[in-house]
Amino acid sequence: MSTNERYTILKDIIKIYLPEDVAIEAVSEESHFINELNINSAHLVDIVLDVEDAFDIRLENEDMDQMQTVKDALQIIDNKLS
Amino acid sequence: MTFDEILKNLPYTQPFLFVDELLHIDSNGVKGCFTFDSTLEFYKGHFIENPVTPGAILTECCAQIGVVSLGIYLLGMQEVIINDALQIGLSSSAMEFYEVVLPNEKVTVTSEKEYFRFHKLKCRVKMHNQAGKLVCKGVISGMLKSN
Repeated sequence: MSTNERYTILKDIIKIYLPEDVAIEAVSEESHFINELNINSAHLVDIVLDVEDAFDIRLENEDMDQMQTVKDALQIIDNKLS
Repeated sequence: MTFDEILKNLPYTQPFLFVDELLHIDSNGVKGCFTFDSTLEFYKGHFIENPVTPGAILTECCAQIGVVSLGIYLLGMQEVIINDALQIGLSSSAMEFYEVVLPNEKVTVTSEKEYFRFHKLKCRVKMHNQAGKLVCKGVISGMLKSN
């Protein structure tokens, strides 16, 4: 799976949890989940659980603490899959 | 953790404590009950001269028994020390209501854990009245952590 494919899958997951006033077009690799995309901490957990299912990986508490931006999430997915 | 220890760790008191007793608890779920005393303040206003327990309060009762009590037990299992630093918050609730609850009725709440991960506890909850009829059911999630 290419990095681009992973990014597309991740964006499809994020889309579900975006508040109504944030468009999917606003999401970039640099986006901060909580500060910029207005995703609350409970929905961040939902994103992590969906990511686990989509990529068949398991994240730990440390991963969750590190996952601030979309790029962080991609990095964690890359690390788990390699 | 014993029922008493869980109840002592609940961060509520009168007039906003809606747990009387826990009947069963394990890592997958909890069962507990509460009696809505007719002297509870909100009956004066909901509704005028027609006291009925508000749905918001039924939801709160489901959350205190089904999510917070269970969450305290699960934190205890992880050997997290529960103290004044316990932070809890409701993150979502989706409830459906079937029966009214009148003053002095006793209800039983049962809750099944869907997951408890990264401080988020998501549960399927049900409330039954003394006749065994389903009062309400739904899904409630909360964030719980203790430092």
